Amino acid sequence: MVLYSLTFYLFSSVAVLSALMVISAKNPVHSVLFLILSFVNASGLFVLLGAEFLAMILVVVYVGAVAVLFLFVVMMLDINFVKLREGFLQYLPFGALLGIVLVIELGILFLTDRSSNIYNNQTPLQPIVNEVENTKMIGQILYTEYFYLFQICGIILLVAMIGSITLTLRDKGGVKRQNIDSQNTVDASTAIEKKKVKIGEGI
Amino acid sequence: MTYDILITGLIIIAQILAVVVPVLISVAFLVYAERKVLALIQLRRGPNIVGPFGILQSFADALKLITKENIIPSGSNKIVFILAPIITMVLSLAGWAVIPFAPGWVVSDINVGIMYLFAVSSLGVYGIIMAGWASNSQYPFLGALRSAAQMVSYEVSIGFVIITVLLCVGSLNLSKIVLAQQTVWFAIPLLPMFVIFFISALAETNRLPFDLPEDESTLVAGFFTEYSSASFVLFFLGEYASMILMSSMTVILFLGGWLPPFDVYPLNVVPGVIWFTVKVIFILFLFIWVRGTFPRYRYDQLMRLGWKVFLPFSLFWVVATSGFLVYFDMLPN
Repeated sequence: MVLYSLTFYLFSSVAVLSALMVISAKNPVHSVLFLILSFVNASGLFVLLGAEFLAMILVVVYVGAVAVLFLFVVMMLDINFVKLREGFLQYLPFGALLGIVLVIELGILFLTDRSSNIYNNQTPLQPIVNEVENTKMIGQILYTEYFYLFQICGIILLVAMIGSITLTLRDKGGVKRQNIDSQNTVDASTAIEKKKVKIGEGI
Repeated sequence: MTYDILITGLIIIAQILAVVVPVLISVAFLVYAERKVLALIQLRRGPNIVGPFGILQSFADALKLITKENIIPSGSNKIVFILAPIITMVLSLAGWAVIPFAPGWVVSDINVGIMYLFAVSSLGVYGIIMAGWASNSQYPFLGALRSAAQMVSYEVSIGFVIITVLLCVGSLNLSKIVLAQQTVWFAIPLLPMFVIFFISALAETNRLPFDLPEDESTLVAGFFTEYSSASFVLFFLGEYASMILMSSMTVILFLGGWLPPFDVYPLNVVPGVIWFTVKVIFILFLFIWVRGTFPRYRYDQLMRLGWKVFLPFSLFWVVATSGFLVYFDMLPN
C-alpha cells in the first residue's frame, strides 16, 4: 500500500511540476517536451486508478500521435522567443480568469460530490481489480447506451478531417508525380522510337 | 512492513534483470549475426578475428566505442541531446515487461498488454526527433523530420493489424492472444495482415528498405550524425533491442508465441521458451535478409506505400474479418 501511495505522489507531483514548466519554459520545444512528460504521468495516474485502457489510449493518442505533430510544428516554425515573451502581461488577465474558473469548478466538485469514495479518501489508493476487464466494460457501455453519441463524435471528426484536407489541398500545376501503373506498363514498343537520321543533319 | 516492501522490490528488480540482461546479450549476438549473414549474402567472410569465428566482435566494438571521447556539439541543446539516446534505449527495453516468453514467464501480465506494446513502440519516435532537433545540425534534423512522418504513418496500419488480431482473440492480454492460436496460428488465416505487419515493423524500427531517418547515402548518418561514443552505443543498442521487440510482437500476434507448430509428441515436450526463441530468430533472419536484398525506398514511395496501399487494405481487412466473424457467429466472447 505504501508503494502505491509513493507512486501516486511521484506521478502527481511530476505531472503538476511539468505542467508548470510547460507554461514557464523559455524554449517552446522544451514546453512541448514537458507537456509530453505531463501526459505520461497522467496516464500513470490512470493506471493507479485501475483504468489501464484509458491510460494506454492516452499514451497512444496524445503522446504517440498528437504531441508528435505538436513537436513537429513547433520545431519547424521559426519562433521569435523574445517577441513571444512580450505578450505575457497582455494575456495574463485572460489566463488568470480561465484558471480561476477552473479552480472554482473543481472546488464545487469537491464540495458537492461526497457520495463517491474517491473524494472521501478513506481507503488508500490502490489498483481496483475488477472481474470484467475495463476494456470490455467501456465497449459494452459505449456501443449500447452511448451509441448515437459515439457515432456523432465520429461524424464530427470526419467533418474536421475533410475540412482540414480541403483547406490545405492545393493542386499546383507542374508538379511531377510518379504514376506507377504507367511505369509498369512500359515496354519496348512504347518506350523506344526508331528514327532514321540523315547523315550530317541530326534530328 | 518495510521488510516486505524491500523483498517485493528486490523480486521486481531480479525479474527485470532476468529479462533485460538476456535481451542485451542477444542484441550483441544479433549484431554479429547480421554482419555474418550480410557477409554470406555478399560472398564475404564477415567478422572472423575476435574470438572463435569472430563471435566476440560486438563486445570488442562496444568496448571500443565506450572508451572513446563523448563529444557534445557546442551549438547543441545539451540536456535534450543527452536525453535522446537514453529515451531510445529505455523505451526499447520497456516493452519487454509484458512479453510472455512461455506460459507464466512474464514480468507483468497486464490486461492491455498489446496496447502497452503499441504505446511503447509509438513513443520510440521521440528519441529520434529529440536527437535530430537537439543536434542543431541539418542532416540530423532532416532525419528526424523524415522519421516523425514515417513512424506516425506506419503506426496507423500496425494499429489496424492489431485490431484484426484482437477481433479473433477477444482480449488484449498477450498470453490470451497466444492461447487463442492453439488450433491454428493467425499467420495462416490472416496471412495478408502478417505480411503488412512485418513490413510496417520494418518501417517502425527504421530498418532497410525504410531506413530513411539514417539514410547514409544522402544524410551522412541521419539523426545520430552528431553522436559519438557511449551515446551512439545507446542508439545502436536501442535500435537492435526494438528490432527484437518487434519480432517478438510479430511472433506473439501471428506465429503462436511459445506454442509448438503441432501439438504432437516430440514437438510438445520442447519447452515453450525455446519455440519462442526459434521463432524470434526466424523473424530476425527475415529482417536481415530483407536488408541484404532490397534497395532503399524513395521517400515519396514510402509515404505512398503507407497511406495509399497499407492503410486502405488493412482497413478493408478489418471490416472483412469482423463481417466474417459476425456472419458465421464465430466472435469470441
